[in-house]
Amino acid sequence: MRDQKLWTWHVAAGVLILVFLGLHMVIMHLTRTVGIGNPAGGHAVDWGNVVARGKSLFFMLTYVLLLGAALFHGLYGLRNIVCELGPPAGLKKAINALLLVGGLGLFGLGTWAAIASFQLARSL
Amino acid sequence: MITTKHYPNRLGIWGWLGGGRWGFERYLYTLHRLTGLGLLAYFLMHIVLTTSRTLGPDAWARAMKAVEGPAFVLGEYLVFAAFALHALNGVRLVLLELGVGVGKPIEPVYPYRTSVHVQRPLAVGVMLLAAAVAIIGGLDFFILK
Repeated sequence: MRDQKLWTWHVAAGVLILVFLGLHMVIMHLTRTVGIGNPAGGHAVDWGNVVARGKSLFFMLTYVLLLGAALFHGLYGLRNIVCELGPPAGLKKAINALLLVGGLGLFGLGTWAAIASFQLARSL
Repeated sequence: MITTKHYPNRLGIWGWLGGGRWGFERYLYTLHRLTGLGLLAYFLMHIVLTTSRTLGPDAWARAMKAVEGPAFVLGEYLVFAAFALHALNGVRLVLLELGVGVGKPIEPVYPYRTSVHVQRPLAVGVMLLAAAVAIIGGLDFFILK
């Protein structure tokens, strides 16, 4: 039952990632063919564009949402692949704990970075 | 209560390599896993690298300088193409899970027919779409500089 719920969340997170990572890919990598989300012109990673996107509440919130969804989707997928290989129960527990702690740690770091860069961009 | 039997996974990761009688969709399964693992590895590094934007323009410029050059452009393109494949194959998997594109149930009468052939057009369609996205990305990465 628990795995069924987690699998449903895994699929739901995949749909969310499709929308927001799709948008992120278009903004960051299709700068010449589509060209959206970069008001300062030039490359998507130029500081002017990073600040312009960083000022937006929409980008800050969707970064955090995408971060959480992608970490859960990716780490749960990795857990499934590893558990499919039939590790002993103790190792399985250790893998679960490692992925949970690692995932929460990266979520904390990424969320802090999204909020801190939002505040920095607004102060400029 | 649902009870499940657990069979030993004798082939392990080597089982990913053999398509067997499942053919095209089985190779998509392998590609989905490989691209997923690649995207996850990139994503974890991406989270750490992009935190440098919180330290201002100089730190950001240093971080971006560390990941520039033809090898990184190629690597980024592979991530983009992997995303296209993983995302569109993921759409196919969600549709199949919801029962879309699997055909109507039929009597199990010999010679048995598999629903894999009913699913095939969806698999081919999403892969053509993924190829189109990868080509558009290729234009942006390598041609329209």
